[in-house]
Amino acid sequence: MLDGAQPSVLDVKDLKTVFKTRRGEVHAVNNVSFSLKAGELLGVVGESGSGKSVTMMSLIGLVPAPPAVVTGAGVMFEGQDLLTATDEQLRAVRGARIGFVFQDPMTSLNPVFNVGFQLMEPLRKHMGMSKAKARVRAKELLELVGIPDAERRLKDYPHQFSGGMRQRVMIAIALACDPKVLIADEPTTALDVTIQAQILELMKDLRDKLGMAVVWITHDLGVIAGIADRVLVMYGGQVVEHAPVRELFANPKHPYTRALLKTVPHVSGVRSDRLKVIEGQPPILRAHPTACPFRDRCEQAFNRCSRENPTRYSVGPVHDVACFWDPETGGPRDV
Amino acid sequence: MFDTSQRKKLVSVKGLKMYFPIHTGLMRRHTGDVKAVDDVSFDIYEGETLGLVGESGCGKSTCGRAVLRLYDPTAGTIEVDSTDISTMSQGDLRKMRPVMQMVFQDPQASLNPRMSVADIIGEPLREHTRKSKAERLDRIYELMDAVGLNRDFANRYPHEFSGGQRQRIGIARALALNPKFIVCDEPIAALDVSIQAQVVNLLEDLQGELGLTYLFISHDLSMVRHIADRVAVMYLGKVVELAPREGLYADPKHPYTVALLSAVPEPDPAAHDEANRIILQGDVPSPSNPPQGCNFCTRCPRVMDICKQQDPEFREIEPGRFVACHLYNQ
Repeated sequence: MLDGAQPSVLDVKDLKTVFKTRRGEVHAVNNVSFSLKAGELLGVVGESGSGKSVTMMSLIGLVPAPPAVVTGAGVMFEGQDLLTATDEQLRAVRGARIGFVFQDPMTSLNPVFNVGFQLMEPLRKHMGMSKAKARVRAKELLELVGIPDAERRLKDYPHQFSGGMRQRVMIAIALACDPKVLIADEPTTALDVTIQAQILELMKDLRDKLGMAVVWITHDLGVIAGIADRVLVMYGGQVVEHAPVRELFANPKHPYTRALLKTVPHVSGVRSDRLKVIEGQPPILRAHPTACPFRDRCEQAFNRCSRENPTRYSVGPVHDVACFWDPETGGPRDV
Repeated sequence: MFDTSQRKKLVSVKGLKMYFPIHTGLMRRHTGDVKAVDDVSFDIYEGETLGLVGESGCGKSTCGRAVLRLYDPTAGTIEVDSTDISTMSQGDLRKMRPVMQMVFQDPQASLNPRMSVADIIGEPLREHTRKSKAERLDRIYELMDAVGLNRDFANRYPHEFSGGQRQRIGIARALALNPKFIVCDEPIAALDVSIQAQVVNLLEDLQGELGLTYLFISHDLSMVRHIADRVAVMYLGKVVELAPREGLYADPKHPYTVALLSAVPEPDPAAHDEANRIILQGDVPSPSNPPQGCNFCTRCPRVMDICKQQDPEFREIEPGRFVACHLYNQ
């Protein structure tokens, strides 16, 4: 799934999002670039405030502007630059060609409409289906995401579903118009582990069945390890490392990724007596970064890290890292 | 391994039940109960950490709160430091409070935004001791040092701190009266991964220095494996398995524990390929209307006929290992 021959469905170049607030600017997303290939599952991992959600919201015009200012060298999707698209053009893309699943299924479903109505809404708006046709399709969608007794459940309201079932409904709505790209923002964070396992299994199935590309945003390295093909690691509004999932876990290059992988405990294998700690706090993104955002917490930081902000250097076929330090030599990178 | 035979029991819970009544209709008649905690028994030894794990709604937080008598339990006895507190009056209970304290999940909600850090940490001292203002301030500084907060921040307010630092304030407050026993209710659930390790290491350091005993409530099985000496697994109001940490994670006995452990995604792509994942079907039944027989019988992959009729007894199958399952009752 990672060969370069596959055409990419979504191409993001140098995306920047700045929130201009009364108390100054917040540089939430800084020069983020990535591409997404058909049928691929891209994991985006980072802590809260690292800019992973804002990146995805920005490229589809879901951040409120003002205060946000989104700029960039282009967000190409199906031959169209989403950054220069009009609101109307964006509306035709959102929810139809690009689907969304959010973290909390209770707040993203409307409590006063039954799920049948909410499933049929995109079908009728985007696909121009008749009510009767949309109803048939809605039932198919509920069956697709594994909700038993779909016909009857269409009449139920969101509060009549459990958390896991509600998230299935959300996924069904996102899939309603056969999207090319599905953006899933922490879709299993609010769920219990046994329910999370069900949803992860379902997502993998659906991806294989429907062949869409998925962007999966999470802070959970365990989930990423199980579901992603390729991973972007974000820190301080920037992509600090990008690699195929196996390569990333076996051979992490950025000091942040390396520290993060050591700080999480496991349920099997050797149990360490003491957890490794990343000292300090994540940065506050007040000014345009002229230095590496991780330098204050980095064990490898040297002079150059506080003078310059590293760009992403290629260290393997599909592996690049934004860092001046080279773990191979243990010294500064020759760039 | 943690040797229980040498140690003194600090907390002893027997047959604890916590039912919340359901009132319906015009006359608000009592028509049923939410059985949040249903007949739970365990001991916590001095200086150990007992992990209490389970999914949301299984009653683990209610259990932790009931053990501190933040609720009036429906039935059962709770002994803390050789004193039975299960039916104690609020006045007598107040005298016990310095011994047992709590750290809450959400450091944002459990700290008063209108009080400075010094006021928050000093409040238990003001309530329970006769220390002068200067003595109190000394103790506040001492506590701030102990949890790794800068003394200069004593006059700041909670909103000026990050999540991890706020949790440190909550821990300092719990430590103010030199307690023996602390209930930690999901103390790291609201924190980022890189901050979780900082707080867990702090809790471990404090335990080593002060000889504290923890009841560590969490849904994070990998973190519980790190911090706990023994682990109790709850499902739908009941403890289904209680075992020393090594035994539980290496060789889980109850089918629910097996499924729960297999559902934890490991941060290692290779482990996901080999993993023999057990995907439980369906959802947790409602605690107001639990199934007949074993509570887990509706989702259990190894369910037998007897499970649907008879509730399995919680008993010791090996020294130190307790399981409530008919599979081990032959």
